[in-house]
Amino acid sequence: MEKIITRHFDLPQSHRLETYLKDGGYEALRRVLTGMTQAQVIEEIKKSNLRGLGGAGFPTGMKWSFIPAQNPKPKYLVVNGDEGEPGTFKDKQILEKDPHAVLEGMIITCYAIGAHKAYVYIRGEYTKSLEILQGALKEAYQAKYLGQGIMGTGFSLDMVIHPGAGAYICGEETALLESLEGKKGFPRLKPPFPAVVGLFGCPTVINNIETMACVAPIISKGAEWYAKLGSEKNGGNRLYSVSGHVEKPGVYELPLGISLREIIYNHAGGILNGRGLKAVIPGGISAPILKAQEIDVKMDFDSLKSAGTMAGSGGIMVMDETTDMVRAAMIAARFFAHESCGQCSPCREGSGWVYRILKRIYEGQGQPRDLKNLPGIVNNIGGNTICAFGDAVTMCVGSYVAKFREEFEAKIRNSIRDDAIRP
Amino acid sequence: MPKLSIDGKQLEVPEGETIIRAAKRVGISIPHYCWHPALPVAGNCRICMVEVEKQPKPQIACYTPVTDGMVVKTNSPKVLEVRRAVLEFLLVNHPLDCPVCDQAGECKLQDYYMDHGQYDSRLADMKVKKEKKAFAIGPTVMLDQERCILCTRCVRFTEHITHTHEFGVFNRGDHSVLDLYPGKKLDNNYSGNVVDICPVGALTDRDFRFKCRVWYLEKTRSICPGCSMGCNITVEWDKSRPHQFKHARVMRLKPRHNPDVNSYWMCDKGRYNYHFIDENRILEPQFKNDVMSWDKAIEVVADTIRPIIQANRADKIGVLASAQLTNEDLFLVRQLFKETGAQVDFRVPEKPGEGDEFLLKADRNPNTAGALKIIGTDVQAEEILKKARQGAFEVLYVFGADLVKLLGTEVVGEIAGKVKLFVYQGSNINETCLWAHLNLPSSVYAEKDGTLTNCQQKVQRLWPAFLPLGEAKADWEILSLISEKLGKPLGYKNSSAVFDALAKKVPGFAGMSYEKISDSGMVLS
Repeated sequence: MEKIITRHFDLPQSHRLETYLKDGGYEALRRVLTGMTQAQVIEEIKKSNLRGLGGAGFPTGMKWSFIPAQNPKPKYLVVNGDEGEPGTFKDKQILEKDPHAVLEGMIITCYAIGAHKAYVYIRGEYTKSLEILQGALKEAYQAKYLGQGIMGTGFSLDMVIHPGAGAYICGEETALLESLEGKKGFPRLKPPFPAVVGLFGCPTVINNIETMACVAPIISKGAEWYAKLGSEKNGGNRLYSVSGHVEKPGVYELPLGISLREIIYNHAGGILNGRGLKAVIPGGISAPILKAQEIDVKMDFDSLKSAGTMAGSGGIMVMDETTDMVRAAMIAARFFAHESCGQCSPCREGSGWVYRILKRIYEGQGQPRDLKNLPGIVNNIGGNTICAFGDAVTMCVGSYVAKFREEFEAKIRNSIRDDAIRP
Repeated sequence: MPKLSIDGKQLEVPEGETIIRAAKRVGISIPHYCWHPALPVAGNCRICMVEVEKQPKPQIACYTPVTDGMVVKTNSPKVLEVRRAVLEFLLVNHPLDCPVCDQAGECKLQDYYMDHGQYDSRLADMKVKKEKKAFAIGPTVMLDQERCILCTRCVRFTEHITHTHEFGVFNRGDHSVLDLYPGKKLDNNYSGNVVDICPVGALTDRDFRFKCRVWYLEKTRSICPGCSMGCNITVEWDKSRPHQFKHARVMRLKPRHNPDVNSYWMCDKGRYNYHFIDENRILEPQFKNDVMSWDKAIEVVADTIRPIIQANRADKIGVLASAQLTNEDLFLVRQLFKETGAQVDFRVPEKPGEGDEFLLKADRNPNTAGALKIIGTDVQAEEILKKARQGAFEVLYVFGADLVKLLGTEVVGEIAGKVKLFVYQGSNINETCLWAHLNLPSSVYAEKDGTLTNCQQKVQRLWPAFLPLGEAKADWEILSLISEKLGKPLGYKNSSAVFDALAKKVPGFAGMSYEKISDSGMVLS
């Protein structure tokens, strides 16, 4: 299988400009700047069926085409490197192993949308990635791939790297914009969408790191080549971060049509110590959990959606037969309660409440009515909030209770019964 | 203009209007916490969600603009379910201390719970404890973080209305708290407004706290007399429990919405300037420190004035009127004194206050514009006082101005010795009362029916909340009694009749009447 995103990962000093240039680095950029119009670049990306790899899977070319050309305001590209979704660690790999692929993708994107300033919002905990990306940025400036008159053409671009401060919600694109503007990371009301009113009130494209890393290869090898790699509506490969109870956890670049079973058993070496599989989260903690018998699902955006879960960030978390699902649910709920930004009342109050109930059940203080109430409470959060965080609480926690109900029931049965005190 | 239907009612509204505002037009009130008509939309409380046909999810009415052909349901089972869910979430960590909460009775959590909640509690867990419970955040307001539902109305008020940026929301999730930014105090001249806009008991008024349960309060429309802006207010009072607070009747003032004058706001200077209504009042007429009946007191004035007027020496009467008086009061001053030739002015030589760029004006008189029209400026108040000191007057008639504060004891003592009759007509006791020969108790604005003209030349109506304290009478009424005693009955039955006569006679007021002025006021022509 042909590697795209990880093609340089095994080279020594893969993060250096020298290494990148040896393999035809920045040639795609030269082609774009010297021989393509903005519309041609966007058209090429559209044809490639590249879909946003941050989690939502929105067609990238279409996103770029939403930037209003007539708007006299400056346009911005913001790249989301706030990889905070638990179980996801692929952007970190790209930033550390092939930062120039990201930079080249960004410069091409800026040319396509008419931006002269770009930002990389990088997760605050990623200090090593930040350091490497900063080094790459410096190299790119020195080699005139950034700054005034790039590669001797009339195109100019400046780039700023901005580390976050550790809030999961700042990975939500409008919260990220707020944070980048120096405010508290609260998601914005939509519409207007960032393509019209984004960073500092100007038209803005927000793309994920991994998406950016795919841009230059598409230009170099052509949209048809890329589109053919994936499924019908979903071009290319993507990176899957595999963690949990597998023999070989890590980041794997695989085509989008692959099944979850193949990833776990053929690539990640199967379940740890030969144990049986109990459950898998296929796309970061926000994605509804799958039971062992559901893992023949294909890993593209549309197939996972049909299976009642989502591709999300490609963070696959594998749980073997020894896993306590009540504890797993409680830990997921604790994460959401901790990371809810607190703006909307259902999510702010609901995420904490759900965690307290699950914690109580886990600690052996559960009551039969908890299981009756939990789905209703969880459902009241999703769909009733400004951003998708609320939906994530509903989908994630709801799926544990729905699919592993017997484990919750058993836990409550064995609990210290205090029905006598609280009927 | 888009046409839509809300709960089956058809309406046409301007382009871009939100559902919540459109619904208001047809009398449908959609529950809301964070939305306030004068503040930017936050969209965070989520209780205003309504069902919009063809939309998969309920939408927030405060942010969603109407579109042509839109069909909105504000009371469908789905909407009621969402509302109940949001209420349940808001109450998860809200203390149930309504019996000791000052907001009880005017709390939106209580109100909507009674309308839409009424579920059995599903909460079996501990509530989140927040650090700060009931602490002063400035001279006027107390904050209780646990009661706060984080609607951010106060944050947006201090951001967009006062631009003082005192408030912020700190931390995340259900540990979020409303607090002041480090080193800040809520100490701006509009701080009291955050209590008005707080939908729950998180921000309460230090002046009003625990004085009176709100359901005892009666409410009367009025105009703030604190400066020439004439902010529309409501006087909130209680006479049912005279054992409380030294018989005070007025418990608090609240701003009353008027889009042309004060929007939804009023300043703290005006808001807390009401204690004089019930404190330190002149309760009966006093002649040389002896209580006197109204009949006798009127007789004293009439008997002194009559020979002066008959001898055509009305210029021996000096009158210091006041722009604190209503248009009606000033019209009687004009009829009784000005038109007979007395020396009259209203521009008490006092230092102007400090104004700001919002509502508070440097001119602390509520009726300067009216007095200019009714009394005019052909005589100087300073001249009147100078002449009084020189002994040029036989009578000096002062309305409400504290001359001792302005001129000092010596000068006022000198004046009192030089005139035959020194009348002080006012509502509250001050040092000038000690020097005046005759003190006539007049009513305060909250006891008056009348009109005031603000700095925008707007004639605005005030209504009497209750009867005057003691034997006090409205200023125009006292003057009309004197006129009658002088053998010139004016025949006004009430202030409305005075105003009708004024409208006929004083240019600018032509065509006005109480009915036409109503709630919104009328601008002088």
